[in-house]
Amino acid sequence: MNLKELVTGKKGDKQFLLGNEAAVRGVIEAGLSVAATYPGTPSSEIGNILSFLAKDANIYFEFSTNEKVAMEVAATAAASGLRSFTFMKHVGMNVASDSFMTTAYTGVRGGMVILIADDPSIFSSQNEQDSRHYGHLANLPVLEPSSCQEIKDMVKYGFELSEKVQLPVIVRTTTRVSHMRGIVEFGDVEDNSSNGETHWKKGTFKKNPAQFVPVPAFAQQMHIDLLEKMDEVKSISNKSDLNKQTNDAGSKIGAIASSSAFNYVHDVVNVNNLDIDVFKVGLSNPTPDKKLVEFLKDLDEVFVVEEVDPILEKEVLIVIAQNNLNVKVHGKLDGTFPMYHEFNPNIVKDGFNKYLHFYEKEEPKLTDSLKKLISEIPNRAPVLCSGCPHRAMYYGINKAAEELGIPSEDMVFASDIGCYTLGINPPYNAADYLLSMGSSVGDGCGFSVATDQHVVSFIGDSTFFHSGVSPLINAVHNKQNFVLTVLDNRITAMTGGQPNPGIPVDGMGDEAPEISIRKLANAAGVKFVRVVNPLNLEQVIKTYKEALEFDGVAVIIAKSPCTLIKGFPKRPTVQFDERKCNQCKKCSHELACPAISFKDNKIVLDGAMCNGCNICVQVCKYGALSAGR
Amino acid sequence: MAEDNYSMYICGVGGQGIIKTSVIIGEAAMNEGHNVVMSEIHGMSQREGSVSTELKIGDFDSSILPEHSADMILSFEPIELVRALDKANKDTKLVFNTFPLIPSSGDKPYPKIDNLISILKENYNNVLPIEGNQLAIDAGNIVSLNMVLLGAVTADDNFPISKESVIDAMKNNLNPKFHDLNLKAIESGYEWIRG
Repeated sequence: MNLKELVTGKKGDKQFLLGNEAAVRGVIEAGLSVAATYPGTPSSEIGNILSFLAKDANIYFEFSTNEKVAMEVAATAAASGLRSFTFMKHVGMNVASDSFMTTAYTGVRGGMVILIADDPSIFSSQNEQDSRHYGHLANLPVLEPSSCQEIKDMVKYGFELSEKVQLPVIVRTTTRVSHMRGIVEFGDVEDNSSNGETHWKKGTFKKNPAQFVPVPAFAQQMHIDLLEKMDEVKSISNKSDLNKQTNDAGSKIGAIASSSAFNYVHDVVNVNNLDIDVFKVGLSNPTPDKKLVEFLKDLDEVFVVEEVDPILEKEVLIVIAQNNLNVKVHGKLDGTFPMYHEFNPNIVKDGFNKYLHFYEKEEPKLTDSLKKLISEIPNRAPVLCSGCPHRAMYYGINKAAEELGIPSEDMVFASDIGCYTLGINPPYNAADYLLSMGSSVGDGCGFSVATDQHVVSFIGDSTFFHSGVSPLINAVHNKQNFVLTVLDNRITAMTGGQPNPGIPVDGMGDEAPEISIRKLANAAGVKFVRVVNPLNLEQVIKTYKEALEFDGVAVIIAKSPCTLIKGFPKRPTVQFDERKCNQCKKCSHELACPAISFKDNKIVLDGAMCNGCNICVQVCKYGALSAGR
Repeated sequence: MAEDNYSMYICGVGGQGIIKTSVIIGEAAMNEGHNVVMSEIHGMSQREGSVSTELKIGDFDSSILPEHSADMILSFEPIELVRALDKANKDTKLVFNTFPLIPSSGDKPYPKIDNLISILKENYNNVLPIEGNQLAIDAGNIVSLNMVLLGAVTADDNFPISKESVIDAMKNNLNPKFHDLNLKAIESGYEWIRG
């Protein structure tokens, strides 16, 4: 498929779309005007596609410096009467939450949809929190799509609901919904053509401090208004087709499920011909209590199936208690289903089987030699790419510490969120502590106060702009003492190469002012600021030695582009001369480059994989590796 | 369950074209009027790491395969097939490229391919190794490896989609400049299995 079809596609067209592509079609159909995000998997593709399509779709789009800023951009656009969209991963929502919580109070004028992508089983995150709590915490409606078609439809409906009740609406997805592909039938597209010089439509902000300025006198009333609006959503939830019985077996046993968990329930019931009534919850906050009573009243037992926390299950227990129903609930709380990680058809089937006893588990009989083969296959751990400039910085800091005679237990490495977190792996072993985006700088502050060890923090360029600037100011002002390495690879690499404020291009591909990390550090009062080329090992080691001996905050900016940047000229491949190789294994063991392996007791260089960074050339003492031409 | 339900597990190493190949199959299934759902994992450093997709054609809502339920496992790399065997049963078609990609971590020695194939044959009824790299090179370019394997998939008697539909979906998804090369590669994979 050509992505442009997300804009040009007509009603009735069918496409095989990724969940995140379906979300983009949803906002286009809804006539969206303003979108903002900070990239984070599993939501990243939404931003990549909007970045590509924004102008064709008359949408203003930006990669904001962080999720809180993105939330503020979307909230003010919606306050100005435009339809706005912000989206992020679950942990990004923590960053956005301060402004988010009060946006519930102010409410919106144009429709505002907040898509939060959860990551059960932690495929690419630091925790697996359940974002539905934010709906309960802020008192906002939550929609939970389970298929690609539903993502498109619910995102579109989210704007209608938002405008109807004047509240932001949350769409909660999970990895298996965001990164699922399925058939999506397109609907009509609402007109959002520009009404001015820009390609996106402009709104007008009509002042009303009583609505938009939550000083205590106003905020007290706002809380009451919010609860009234949510009462209205509750009656909508009780009428909505998004909450409905999907399987009527006339059984005494039922299942209530949402999001991807619903898919497993549907398939397990179907494949095994189980006698179970199924209820699907799509608009989950506020809970459709009346509809649930109707469903529950004829049941003896009900399974509640949901990922990650037992949120729906507790709501079901409340409904049962308030209505004096006699229904036994099986879910996470009684151990029928696990309290952690994503579900799959086997987990759901096993959970049902604990009470229904419809099958006996049979493992295929495998020969001993196959069992041995399975247990002995080598792992394929994620590694820094060949040619990655970060590799040299990790090699360099370890060498510098070694040359200064600092034992490794006296080096504390505060890491951050990005590809460079892979510095945790041997042989670098350069990640000792990690909390969240920007935390390496704040953690550097803390370690420098709490210990006499040498503290080195690592942060990427995008992450530095996201939330590394304020803790750097904190560090200088409080006279703290650590080395901060800004790994400036000229892109937001981990999420697939989005721009950030350090790059002269904005989210829509237009020219944009480039913000200098060096000048920011200087302006914050850092006395030791050096920009190094990480591909020059001698310079890296020398600079690290000076920084480790410097008393105060030292900032080293390692500036070299990510090898995955599109259009980046390919550097000549390193040449390997086997005759000169002394088999010291320094190149393979100390650099861990995927292009260099140690096979059949010999060093092997994979020319197809080599990106010509020449770091190995600088490490080899015997001249066996040399720069290509 | 309907007779024509078909599930595939497709795996290999990041950069081999696994997701693109899966999308082509999915789109072909959709164009033939089947329901189809697919699961893929994106994100943290999948380059040179294990990559897999799950594809279910027919009356399914969930995109994840239950254990031992795959009709076919298509692996772009030998040990990635071994890693995926919890999705296989005795009759699952195990179609895989025999060319090894040695992990740089090197935590354990890479198994010998002949040995791997014979152990698989002791346990499974349909073990179909393909010299995919060589076929791709013969077709004109090693990058057409995924097309060789795509051709092999269409040669399975139980596969519910025609080769023609798969070729149409290929043309809709890949650069026209490479269509001839890709067609040649698809044919060679098809012939390998049929031949």
